[in-house]
Amino acid sequence: MVMVPKIKLTIDGKATEIAKGKTILQAANSIGINIPTLCHDPRLEPFAGCRVCMVEIERGNTNALITSCNTEATDGMTIRTNSEKVLKTRKMVLELILSDHPKDCMTCEKCGSCKLQDLAYEYNVRESRFFEQPDGGVVNDRNPVIQKDTSKCILCGRCVRICAEIQQDYAIDFKNRGFDTETGTPFGKSLLDTTCVLCGQCVSTCPVGSLVEKQAVGKGREWEFKQVKTTCAYCGVGCTMYLNVTGNQVVKVTSKVGTIPNDGNLCIKGRFGYDFIHHPDRLKQPLVKKNGKFEEATWDEALNLIATKFREIKAKHGPEHIGVFSSSRCTNEENYLAMKFTRAVIGTNNVDQCART
Amino acid sequence: MSFGSGSMTNSISEIKDCKLIFLIGGNPTEAHPIVGLEMKKALRKGCTFVVADPRRIWFAQHAKLYLPVRPGSDNWLLNAMAHVIISEGLENKEFIKTRTEGYEEFKAFVKDITTEKASEYTGIPAEDIRQAAGLYATSEKSAIFYTLGITEHTCGTDNVRTIANLALLTGHIGKHSTGVNPIRGQNNVQGATDMGCLPDRMHGYQYLSDSAVVDKFEKAWGVKLSRTQGATSPTMFERMSKGQFKGLYVIGEDPVMSEPNQNYTINGLNNLDFLVVQDIFMSETAKYADVVLPAASFAEKDGTFTNTERRVQRVRKAINPIGNSKPDWQIICELSNLMGYKMDFPSPKEIWDEIASLAPMFAGINYARIEHNGIQWPCPDTKHPGTKFLHEGKFTRGPGKFFVLPYRAPAESADKDYPLILSTGRTLYHYNAGTMTRRSAGSTYKTNDCFVEIHQVDASELGIFDGETVKIATRRGEITARAEVSDKVKKGVIWIPMHFVESAVNKLTKDAYDNITQTAEYKVCGAKLEKII
Ligand code: SF4
Ligand code: SF4
Ligand code: SF4
Ligand code: FES
Repeated sequence: MVMVPKIKLTIDGKATEIAKGKTILQAANSIGINIPTLCHDPRLEPFAGCRVCMVEIERGNTNALITSCNTEATDGMTIRTNSEKVLKTRKMVLELILSDHPKDCMTCEKCGSCKLQDLAYEYNVRESRFFEQPDGGVVNDRNPVIQKDTSKCILCGRCVRICAEIQQDYAIDFKNRGFDTETGTPFGKSLLDTTCVLCGQCVSTCPVGSLVEKQAVGKGREWEFKQVKTTCAYCGVGCTMYLNVTGNQVVKVTSKVGTIPNDGNLCIKGRFGYDFIHHPDRLKQPLVKKNGKFEEATWDEALNLIATKFREIKAKHGPEHIGVFSSSRCTNEENYLAMKFTRAVIGTNNVDQCART
Repeated sequence: MSFGSGSMTNSISEIKDCKLIFLIGGNPTEAHPIVGLEMKKALRKGCTFVVADPRRIWFAQHAKLYLPVRPGSDNWLLNAMAHVIISEGLENKEFIKTRTEGYEEFKAFVKDITTEKASEYTGIPAEDIRQAAGLYATSEKSAIFYTLGITEHTCGTDNVRTIANLALLTGHIGKHSTGVNPIRGQNNVQGATDMGCLPDRMHGYQYLSDSAVVDKFEKAWGVKLSRTQGATSPTMFERMSKGQFKGLYVIGEDPVMSEPNQNYTINGLNNLDFLVVQDIFMSETAKYADVVLPAASFAEKDGTFTNTERRVQRVRKAINPIGNSKPDWQIICELSNLMGYKMDFPSPKEIWDEIASLAPMFAGINYARIEHNGIQWPCPDTKHPGTKFLHEGKFTRGPGKFFVLPYRAPAESADKDYPLILSTGRTLYHYNAGTMTRRSAGSTYKTNDCFVEIHQVDASELGIFDGETVKIATRRGEITARAEVSDKVKKGVIWIPMHFVESAVNKLTKDAYDNITQTAEYKVCGAKLEKII
């Protein structure tokens, strides 16, 4: 084991000791002090674009304001995260951001889970002192899963960076200058005509309502959903994800940073591949074939028929004439019961999964 | 097995710290995207990639060394790498001495497997093979990752053991970010295997050949059990084709789509007296059933899945079953009760408790412990934290064993009449037979028709243009698909994804199997491509 040297610093009057090489934000979080952030995502390299994570660092008479998400904590630092100067500046930063953001919370998909809304509420920013000129709006395109509202982008760069750093797909980037800056694709092409793989990682990290899951638009806000933690049913990675449910419907899939094994990342199948659940083709009733045609049956009829037939085959030909294929799509418990059923009830060891992959 | 267990020896979280990744026969960015992301993290941190694959996949494009290996010739590549490691003195002598057996025979065998000979079979320059061996042997943390490109061959087990030979030779096993890692294709294929859905063993890798095992289960289940090993699925299909098999209960599988040689599969099913299919959709297989039972999807039930790193994780019920469908576990219980064997589990939790009580490797796992995060087996008791990487200090089977495995040609390859090698696989946007993803807006937008990848030189010889619909034929059948002409796939090879009912590639593949695991040879058969005029 390599021993990482420790450093000492004081944050809001609390002395602490942490491993060298951490940021001030990480140091504060490690002792339970919360610093607001917008452009920070622990999976990404620090960017320091939004400035809301500003803290004050004591340097004699020349106290400085610095962004905590990208500044390394060093030995002997004294930091204040909530001094008057910090709070005033942070409020002004929020006003600046809001000068280019529509006050559209009443119809916004993100209402209730928007970090900007939360901060505006916390810092009581109602009006911006600066001129307000949000432009753009919802992009109407043929993208089936991602909806973009250019007016709401706060240029935090999280979408750009997750696409570049984590996905390494480089589908989107910043373009233009100054007030006209926006995120987008080369030559304004549809995302569908770029290297984008529709993973939705950009949607999942966007702190505001600029990128949202299109299929969930109009289906409700976060507080109306029950979030059920579960494991993706597609590939062997087994990503942890959350099914967002209202009524008896799964309306979207979300993820959280810090979960095992995927740390909040999901691919297109996990994040957007849930619409099969409510597809009209789902089988809803047992079917029994009569004269070559399937007819609906009750569970009792269907199961009794199966029990009778299996008993007949067993009696006439012996249990080794019956087999069971279980599946990688079933849970462990179901696979266990399938093999127990084969061995204990049918009386054979003819049990296998046919896709042995 | 070489080490005594066929699972990933490392964890997903260790991937980012690998110093060298040797990726062979696997395309993680498409088949296991989140493992792909971890590998991309490693790449960003300067990890060296050596990639062997007939297709120029994402990691091939970013690799230090790309080895475009001819399908079915992996054995030559791997044995020649072993040859280089020994002849250049790069083997780990200490490790070989203390933790392996069979080295001398192995050494004598690979002496003749020169890179020049291997080059003829694999189509890879000899110098590249030498360099690959050197890079692998000398890196401080080398890990091998493979998937179906290695196992879906008649020599699949040999391939896996040949890979293991390299790890034993260099001691690259049983350490952080260092090991041999098969990545499992489907979500719970690890779990289905762990749970004993195999003809020769109970769950937790307890083999029927050990009579104490059968005694234990007879006592626990209160019933007399058969002690003869059962039939594998290929054997069952063989008996079906001869009319010597009468009843089949298929739970959540779609053999018509997933088994090789579709006609043979369908004939077999037609020969049954009684077929039950339990699924969430009317699958291709269900169409041949006498009874179809509607199952609940993963969103509608509780339980656990085990991922490719052996982690047992919770699946939770989010909504009630759609229509009159029921979870598979409930259906099996009801059927069992009707047939006179009591299965009265109130919920999957109690089923898991029985699983844990009967298999030492799961004994320490229960629902309370995996409420927040899953646990990696083996986990022998409730104080045990689970096992991050396998084979630290010692192997499950005792000493690691070198296997002497000469090349065996695929059951069928390219020849005069069928001059191209057909290989099959998965894409990012779809999953297996496509029953789920083909009903999903995002995935169908990206790809919704079957395509065949062909090298531009082959295409121009045949007069085929990109985007044109072509006919692909093998000795077993033919399908049509859109031609994707590029230099992605090796010359002489064509590649088709498996997800499309209307162009089911398993009409073409050959029903030849690995002699040990009985995995089908989906990765090589002879094929020809024709213009449709
Ligand atoms: S969906 Fe994925 S690939 Fe596409 S822009 Fe967003 S992060 Fe990039
Ligand atoms: S779209 Fe969202 S994530 Fe991207 S820069 Fe704008 S606010 Fe940030
Ligand atoms: S989200 Fe993607 S990578 Fe993760 S388990 Fe699902 S299919 Fe696999
Ligand atoms: S979170 Fe630090 S500058 Fe945005």
